[in-house]
Amino acid sequence: MDKKATRDAYGEALVELGKKDPRIVVLDADLSGSTRTAKFAKEFPDRFFNMGIAEQNLMVAAAGFAITGFIPFASTFAIFATGRAWEPIRQSIAYSNINVKIVASHAGITVGEDGGSHQAVEDITLMRVIPNMHVFVPADATETRKVIEKVVEIEGPCYVRTGRSKVPIIFDDNYKFEPGKAHRVREGKDVSIIATGIEVYESLRAAELLKREGISASVVNMSSIKPIDKEIIVEEAESTGRIVTVEEHSIYGGLGSAVAEVLCQSLPAKLKIIGIKDEFGISGKAEELVKYFGLDSESIAREVKRFLNE
Amino acid sequence: MEKSDLLLSSPTSEEILNLKLKSVVIRRKILKMLHLAKSGHTGGSLSIVEILVALYFKVMKYDPKNPDWGNRDRLILSKGHAAPALYAVLAEIGYFQEEELWRLRKLGAPLQGHPDSNKTPGVEISTGSLGQGLGIGSGVALALKLKQNSAMVYVILGDGEMQEGMVWEAIMASGHYKLDNLCAILDNNNLQIDGKVSDIMSIYPVEDKLKAFGWNIITIDGHDFSSIISALTLARTTKGKPTFIIAHTVKGKGVSIFENKAKYHGVAPNDEEFEIAMQELQKQEEDLLNG
Repeated sequence: MDKKATRDAYGEALVELGKKDPRIVVLDADLSGSTRTAKFAKEFPDRFFNMGIAEQNLMVAAAGFAITGFIPFASTFAIFATGRAWEPIRQSIAYSNINVKIVASHAGITVGEDGGSHQAVEDITLMRVIPNMHVFVPADATETRKVIEKVVEIEGPCYVRTGRSKVPIIFDDNYKFEPGKAHRVREGKDVSIIATGIEVYESLRAAELLKREGISASVVNMSSIKPIDKEIIVEEAESTGRIVTVEEHSIYGGLGSAVAEVLCQSLPAKLKIIGIKDEFGISGKAEELVKYFGLDSESIAREVKRFLNE
Repeated sequence: MEKSDLLLSSPTSEEILNLKLKSVVIRRKILKMLHLAKSGHTGGSLSIVEILVALYFKVMKYDPKNPDWGNRDRLILSKGHAAPALYAVLAEIGYFQEEELWRLRKLGAPLQGHPDSNKTPGVEISTGSLGQGLGIGSGVALALKLKQNSAMVYVILGDGEMQEGMVWEAIMASGHYKLDNLCAILDNNNLQIDGKVSDIMSIYPVEDKLKAFGWNIITIDGHDFSSIISALTLARTTKGKPTFIIAHTVKGKGVSIFENKAKYHGVAPNDEEFEIAMQELQKQEEDLLNG
């Protein structure tokens, strides 16, 4: 299976879109090599603005571009974008419903060796709570490109979460991304696994492992965290009655919480939230950390079985 | 636009008289709004009246019938709590009906406690959380340069606001990008909620700091129209640097009982104070008309 980091897909998509749409400008905060906006900077130096290590100003300057008719993409690491600059994003972007696209890289524990200080496991929560904000977490390189194409069309603020590490490419070019629309990527009748980001692939593999033990698991790719696809969640609750959510993110406020909010108010069903428990990340290789935090396919399969036996 | 368009004519004495009379009208409206709302920021609204009047009635290009006109000059009120002053001016020039002023801060009204660009025509972007307007202005200024549009961007900041770290990020970026289409105006009244700016957390000497960041600095009396207009003219003609106008102002300017009192930062006039204020403004108007 081919692998590619979602940040690489972002960098390439930006260049392609930049050729077509002169309204696109890109702002970065001294991490253009890492966020992959450097490709755009090289291709369109006049439309790239390095704001230095000043993430708050990065966001409000992007707002300034947006109210002057451009479509600004603002990129840095997820922890600085959504943590350091949270209040400027709330006040100067979301409150005015300004058309800024925040595309952050290095989300989750797959940042790896840099450790917990640089691993955002709270970003989905932080962005999801802000009115007007769209929150998208692509599962692979293909979906990243589709998401980036879509956020250019959306009028309003968007947060897109990308990662540092190479991840398998699950979708082909026919894949279509729609905000508020999840994809059932595997049918199943015993349990529903709703995953986001790189955990979609891990969940698909977990479903394979479960199949060997006679457990039929459906897998849903919930890349649009906000707006969320309520219908598919209710459908899964109706069909299997047991929902497991999986995210490379805190169990508080992220995908699991978003799914719980829908289930509790629509069709209560048993729910297991798999993610980073109330703790910070640590240094290590990305693949080691995925296992350490129980986010690899074997751990997911084990948790699903335990859940079904409860 | 030709460079000559950037040059403003010096105001005649008649023009200055009219601007002074306009300031009385605006102050009256600000105080009526605040009095009816029974809350809001009196001191910092009154201190920027001459600055706003000079900008909107002499310096800036705009079209109230077409708020999105691409070549308009932009104003961002970074010290968003002075919204009543901006609202009074925007109503005066026809962005919305004057009646809206009297519903300030009321449920369902377009005039929010702090400027909201989604609800109030003429407001470029919502502000109110201090420290963010200059960075927004720097983004607008960069964007206008990219469009080869020669419109100017004005940002009004409070002196206490300069304590926000974000302001200095924006100061650094604007100096770095040599944003000569950006003009910041500091409402330097030396008062913030808890007391004197120089006592709470001194920002001074602010001129030296700004100069070190590559800005063109002009220090003026922020209530004197000749000085304000000549500073704004210099800002438009200065090339290769953004301009920071340090406008020395009096918090609560124009009404003796509010002047230089930190207490009136976030307090609206009560019935008695409102009466006194109206009488004082009436007297000022008469004095101006009688020369």
